[in-house]
Amino acid sequence: MSTLILTPNIPNGDDFYEKLLNAHEGLSKEQSDALNARLILVLSNHIGDIDILEQALDAAKTAGQAA
Amino acid sequence: MNKIFETPLYPYYQSVDQTASAPGHHSVVVIGAGPVGLGMAIDLAQHGIDVVVLDDNDKVSFGSRAICFAKRTLEIADRLGFGDKLVDKGVQWNLGKVFFDERKVYEFNLLAEDGHARPAFINLQQYYFEQYLVERVQEINSETPKIDVRGKNRVSAIKDHGAYSALTVTTPDGEYTIHADWVIACDGAGSPTRSMMGLDFVGRVFEDNFLIADVTMEADFPTERWFWFDPPFNRGQSALLHKQPDGVWRIDLQLGWDVDKEAEKQPDRVIPRLKAMLGDDVKFELEWVSIYTFQCRRMEKFRHGNVIFAGDSAHQVSPFGARGANSGLQDVDNLSWKLAHVIKGLAPDTLLNSYDDERIHGADENIMNSTRSTDFITPKSDISRVFRNAVLDLSEHHDFARPLVNSGRLSMPCNYVGHSLTGEDAVAGGPARSQPGMPCPDAPLEDGYLLSKLGGGFTLMTLNTDAPSPQEIEGIEIAHLEMRATSDTNKTLGERFLGTAERAIYLIRPDQHIVARWSEYDAASVQMAVATALGKTQ
Repeated sequence: MSTLILTPNIPNGDDFYEKLLNAHEGLSKEQSDALNARLILVLSNHIGDIDILEQALDAAKTAGQAA
Repeated sequence: MNKIFETPLYPYYQSVDQTASAPGHHSVVVIGAGPVGLGMAIDLAQHGIDVVVLDDNDKVSFGSRAICFAKRTLEIADRLGFGDKLVDKGVQWNLGKVFFDERKVYEFNLLAEDGHARPAFINLQQYYFEQYLVERVQEINSETPKIDVRGKNRVSAIKDHGAYSALTVTTPDGEYTIHADWVIACDGAGSPTRSMMGLDFVGRVFEDNFLIADVTMEADFPTERWFWFDPPFNRGQSALLHKQPDGVWRIDLQLGWDVDKEAEKQPDRVIPRLKAMLGDDVKFELEWVSIYTFQCRRMEKFRHGNVIFAGDSAHQVSPFGARGANSGLQDVDNLSWKLAHVIKGLAPDTLLNSYDDERIHGADENIMNSTRSTDFITPKSDISRVFRNAVLDLSEHHDFARPLVNSGRLSMPCNYVGHSLTGEDAVAGGPARSQPGMPCPDAPLEDGYLLSKLGGGFTLMTLNTDAPSPQEIEGIEIAHLEMRATSDTNKTLGERFLGTAERAIYLIRPDQHIVARWSEYDAASVQMAVATALGKTQ
């Protein structure tokens, strides 16, 4: 089974983070939510591996629960 | 209260210019005796130039202000002759902790690279930095008087006469006028010189207020940097705790935009906030409280004829990432040798345009980094807060999110790769970190460290090869530093300057930036590179 990468994997995180926020600049809440949903679907398709996607869903869910 | 704030460091005295029948004429007048102005005066004096420094005050700046001095600044201070004092007094730390809401989400160790004379940075109150600068001025003057620091001398008017500027100076004994070929305005963020010349700033003002408090406490807090996002004691905001020398802790508390600044500064408001943060049983005393807002902006140009701006007067950043005083000292490093060479007639006036080119590039880099940190710390929209909180939640569980947490990025030295004074890179397999334009990396040698071997001028460093030594090129004395690096001698030097090459020759500027490098000595190529570095080829 393939393993989800959970160590740093983006060479310049600050550049990426700024681009991510810039994509949301000026959008309403509905528009931002919709952009996020589309982004998740696009990235999921790129990953294409259901094992990885399940691990990603788990990682996202767990981190959201207060420790 | 600390006595250092009350004692005049450069007391007012009546200079000869005040009683002269005609205005005194000076080569260089520096306005402002803060870290940048005094650093500039020392650097110019070390290049043999006489300097008058005018300041409307006569004491160190009040409160801790700039507290984080990066490695490059310490290296510049070494070159200026007071680095040891900074490092001996300063506090070094490696461990940082990040808190979100009520929990610690992660901690990090900076693990700075080995093989450098100086640490990644130190924490030190600005008033110590200024005190050591003044002591260095006195030391230089005790050999040959070169630097005339005039306290309580406020520049109240500046007039451009083309070849020189006329300055009206107001003192306790009234006004006088002096003329200066060159004026370096190091008079801070609110620069009166900038206002008098009608020059303005463009950039972003951040709508936020921060309360800074210096407290002394008898607490067993470890020497670490603690940063809180949205803590229970300061809901919806951020907080920072930093250690300084003498048992002084620096606390930064974000207040938000819509606050009564005067009320928030009062001890009856500040003390309950600090108690909530530190715990009821911790005993502390307030040394200094201030409220600041900040801006990320710069002047369109730093050079205006014979008036040149440096430090906060030319550019301002948010405090996250320690880029204020540190970038000001890089301005000093960059401008002093250029101005000294122009004054001595060794380089054309146009060399000074490269100060604009290189330091505006530096200012833009600092503005970008500190703006990003500010946007992470104080999200400017709901969606950016959603992402910020998601990053923090993930950082508690997964390594990948930690590099995205941005509470300030450590200031790295600026490089001038691809800029106009940079020459050729002719070492196949040479490391990227020492390519032309980069600040010369330090390296441990069998006897000391590399940077301490570079003099105040241009240096030709040969590694496992030779060159004529010393020699004069373009009217400039070029020092020769002959080094060997093999697998068992000066190994780190080899890693940082040879890479996979067997030999190399480096031409290094007076500010320790690399001009060009070659694998073979060729007189014409070296001469061309020296001419390029002096701005003669544009």
